[in-house]
Amino acid sequence: MTAHAAAVSIRQVSKTFGQGGTTALTGIDLEVQPGEFISLIGPSGCGKSTLLRVIGDLTEPTSGEALVGGKSAHQARLDRDYGMVFQEATLMDWRTIRKNVSLPLEMMGWDRVRRQERVRELLQLVELSGFEDHHPWQLSGGMQQRVAIARALSFSPSLMLMDEPFGALDEMTRDRMNIELLRIWEATRATVVFVTHSIAEAVFLSSRIVVMSARPGRVQRIVDVDLTYPRTNETREDPRFFELATEVRELLRESHGARETV
Amino acid sequence: MRRVGHELGDWVPAAVVAVLVLVGWQVAIDVFDIQKFLLPKPTEIASAFWGQRSELWPAGWYTFTEAFWGFVCGCGFGIASALVLARFRAVGSALMPYFIAASAVPIIAFAPIANAWFGIEKGSKIFIAGMLCFFPVLVNTLRGLTSVRPSQIELMRSYAAGNVAIFRRVRIPTALPYLFSSLKVASVLAMIGAIVGEYFGGSQQQLGILIKNSAALFQFETAWAAITVACLLGIAFYLLISLVEHVTMRWHPSARRAQT
Repeated sequence: MTAHAAAVSIRQVSKTFGQGGTTALTGIDLEVQPGEFISLIGPSGCGKSTLLRVIGDLTEPTSGEALVGGKSAHQARLDRDYGMVFQEATLMDWRTIRKNVSLPLEMMGWDRVRRQERVRELLQLVELSGFEDHHPWQLSGGMQQRVAIARALSFSPSLMLMDEPFGALDEMTRDRMNIELLRIWEATRATVVFVTHSIAEAVFLSSRIVVMSARPGRVQRIVDVDLTYPRTNETREDPRFFELATEVRELLRESHGARETV
Repeated sequence: MRRVGHELGDWVPAAVVAVLVLVGWQVAIDVFDIQKFLLPKPTEIASAFWGQRSELWPAGWYTFTEAFWGFVCGCGFGIASALVLARFRAVGSALMPYFIAASAVPIIAFAPIANAWFGIEKGSKIFIAGMLCFFPVLVNTLRGLTSVRPSQIELMRSYAAGNVAIFRRVRIPTALPYLFSSLKVASVLAMIGAIVGEYFGGSQQQLGILIKNSAALFQFETAWAAITVACLLGIAFYLLISLVEHVTMRWHPSARRAQT
């Protein structure tokens, strides 16, 4: 692993499902620097979730390669270099919140005292202290997703892969979660690769937005977001925010024709 | 959220129904002059139940132990097979159609042959009870083990978990609700298997033989008292499994009333 390795480096990645089946991704090149917050946005079918899974070594590219911190994605997964958050919180119903958060730590062989200590810190970070002994079904959707984020952060990975984590939440909860996520990101300095199909969410969160187009999935343009951090509710009312959102919207429309509204 | 049967007060209507049925039964036999071989009075059954308790309960216990060991063997093999089939999916797909076909076979039909295979004493009854338990437990457990959400598998793989860890931490806990519902069914089937197996022969000290012989000798109160013993043991067995389920799955939403 070299000292100046990119956090994520994707080289000519293509992915075809089945033999001669649908092409999900074609010729993707992307470099993500450490500490960046990158969003992948695009219409459904553009392969953004597939790309995230290639980075996480949860699916293999048909050709090309993905490097994480200079290592192969496979090695990075075995080394537990990234934390993953899905659209559904994917909590284990039979585990308490405490045990859900400490699941990866258990698997890494942390002893009980250290695990407890870490869970306490994390639940404080996601503002869920006091819910240690609750079960997932006793929590709201937003709270469950915060537990999932705490779990992904538990072993302090340098990379977070997030697949539409707030896609199932109502808009007000989502806005609040966005602010919380930025706070957590600034506190941990992790690199984030974030899949979304909300333009406002992508602009609000990201330092760069990768706009993708569908059939076959490819990178259409990368938009630099020059809004300063920390971002607040006022950021959403900044004229620059609207300009950027409009730019992304037009790129998506271009790639997609007038068939669908975005 | 209040469900029927949760508060003590909810049991009052059920108790009233029980009393009404028993009283109606008692009265109806006199009013309609029903013959004893068709249906004895509850009081007659009760007096046989009490008077012959030294004969009934040992017979009941004997039958229960057959059902119990049949349950243990049948469920044990069922769970073990499900684990193997879930682990080796190819074997599972190859064998599953036969298991489903076999589960439709009326196992009871094998009872007379089981006597030849496993002896006329306990062995043959345990075999029948076990066979009846095996298929529902196998099919349900396998369904539980394989109905894990794909994202949970991906999550585990993101922690570099291998198949064994995924099995232990995701598949088995997911399968527990399925397993327990099949174990409850199996507890009932085991009692049925043991008693029906006994109809095809064995020593005096068992419920099936007692019911058959009493009926043949026109001792219908005794037969009904023996049936009552079988019911009580069957219900106790079922409740025992439910209790284990409740203790094991405290986390399950259905095991608790809403609280946040």
